[in-house]
Amino acid sequence: MDELLLIETVERYLKGDMTAQEKIFFEEIRKKNPDIDQLVVEHTFLFHELDKQANIKAFKHSLYEVESKLAEEGIISKKQLTGKAKVVFLWKKYKRSIAVAASIAGLVSIVTTASISTYNNKVDNSNIKDLIYEVKKDTDKKIAEFKDSLNQKTSKRNPNPNYRATGFLIDGKGFIVTNAHVVNRLKTIYVENNKGEYFTAQTIYADKNTDLAILKINDTSFKAVYNLPYSINKTNSNLGEQIFTMGYPRNEIVYGEGYLSAKSGNEGDSTAYQLSVSVNPGNSGGPVLNKNGQIIGIITSKNSTADGVVFAAKSKNIYKLLDALKENGDTVSIKLPNNTGLKGLDREQQVKKMEDFVFMVVGN
Amino acid sequence: MSNLEQEKQLLDGLALNDGAVIESIYRDNYPVIQSFILNNNGNSDEARDIFQEAMIVIYEKAVSGNFELNCLLKTYIYSVCRRLWLKRLHQLQRYGSLVENIEETVAVEEDLELHEKHNTDFILMEAAMNKIGEPCKSLLDAYYLQKKNMQEIAADFGYTNADNAKTQKYKCLVRLKKLFFAQYKNGN
Repeated sequence: MDELLLIETVERYLKGDMTAQEKIFFEEIRKKNPDIDQLVVEHTFLFHELDKQANIKAFKHSLYEVESKLAEEGIISKKQLTGKAKVVFLWKKYKRSIAVAASIAGLVSIVTTASISTYNNKVDNSNIKDLIYEVKKDTDKKIAEFKDSLNQKTSKRNPNPNYRATGFLIDGKGFIVTNAHVVNRLKTIYVENNKGEYFTAQTIYADKNTDLAILKINDTSFKAVYNLPYSINKTNSNLGEQIFTMGYPRNEIVYGEGYLSAKSGNEGDSTAYQLSVSVNPGNSGGPVLNKNGQIIGIITSKNSTADGVVFAAKSKNIYKLLDALKENGDTVSIKLPNNTGLKGLDREQQVKKMEDFVFMVVGN
Repeated sequence: MSNLEQEKQLLDGLALNDGAVIESIYRDNYPVIQSFILNNNGNSDEARDIFQEAMIVIYEKAVSGNFELNCLLKTYIYSVCRRLWLKRLHQLQRYGSLVENIEETVAVEEDLELHEKHNTDFILMEAAMNKIGEPCKSLLDAYYLQKKNMQEIAADFGYTNADNAKTQKYKCLVRLKKLFFAQYKNGN
């Protein structure tokens, strides 16, 4: 018998889709033919395993949902320990390794001094390139116009942008994080969602040091969205962590994946990470997520002479930005998302859920 | 007696992946476990992980159908979490004596061994799924894990009809089977 047909038959048999007569006939064959019997046994096992897989996955997803609900209510504490308590905790945790590290530190420092001093001379800022995209007059504009004509119902304006970058929502009321170098170059700012709808936006805060900026959509046609599925990580991520990013190097959203390759940015900048991921002009301001769907950083720039050296501002800077905003006496209240709706999902599903919250930032 | 019946109902609900039941178990038990782990060299993220794993242990038992609870669910959860946490501490090489309230515990070693086994199978299957490549992975995932029907799948994946999708699905299943059993035999 043809193997595929045989498997189909076995599957129908196991699911109980056979008529009584068929079943008797099949069992007869099974009895006479040990090979087929073996196949039935194997497939029973395989289907059983697949079923278990499906159930556990579904169950895990329910667990995450319950968890994030209870975390909202404060029954499950989400906060990492902060301040003094954290230091004490870390001290306890690493007492032994610190002791060991301290004893060999002297030795290492002598050995590495020479190499650091020679290496440092080579670092040159001219290689660092912001990832904002200058829109070419011809093709991109035509595409934008064409998209516009398709979307006449939704987008009222055609901003005819000169620059393009990326941003993402940090509060469904219309607050978007992007790069400071993006907003500094734009006089008028528009954001566009993946449905092609344009909204006007204004900068409410920009910080050159971390290269981050917060925009507020001030367009009346913008409707607040709820339940951003991600959270914004407050702690440092680990070396080697798998990451992915989404952004607009093209007129269409583009996905990229890679890993965290160093815990500091250009010239040891401790407010940034170095990533190995493929990004291009236009990716600036794009969110960097880990496998659990937590935002760990924001793409800022790349080294134009070295391969795969990309820098991203650490996500905890967003918290600092909000603090600075408060100190400025600003009255805006931004509530950062804290959900785990992406945890445990396949990458495609994570991306699908993410898409709606990643915006194109354009302007002149 | 009515208490036991109530708990039996909880387990039945759990086996059906009932969100309300999961929530009520969390509400009743999470705080105790969290403070136990925080008191013993852990942090709140680790408490979440441990509790989640314990929930999966109970779920697996509940699904297997022969779960006879000889003690309060609360005691059982505490025992599982305690055991899991001791093991984790050992792996992390954070030694120290346990600080705990005097809580009753029951033996859970056998259950955890079984869970370990389930867990390995889960990882093997996931690895096999990741190895078969696209479109097989998505196709099998859609049919066997997300339980979509063949018409839907044919439309989603751009097959001209359900029969084509079906043929492709069986081809993929043959590959999955090969990969899975190859690893399964190696692993055991």
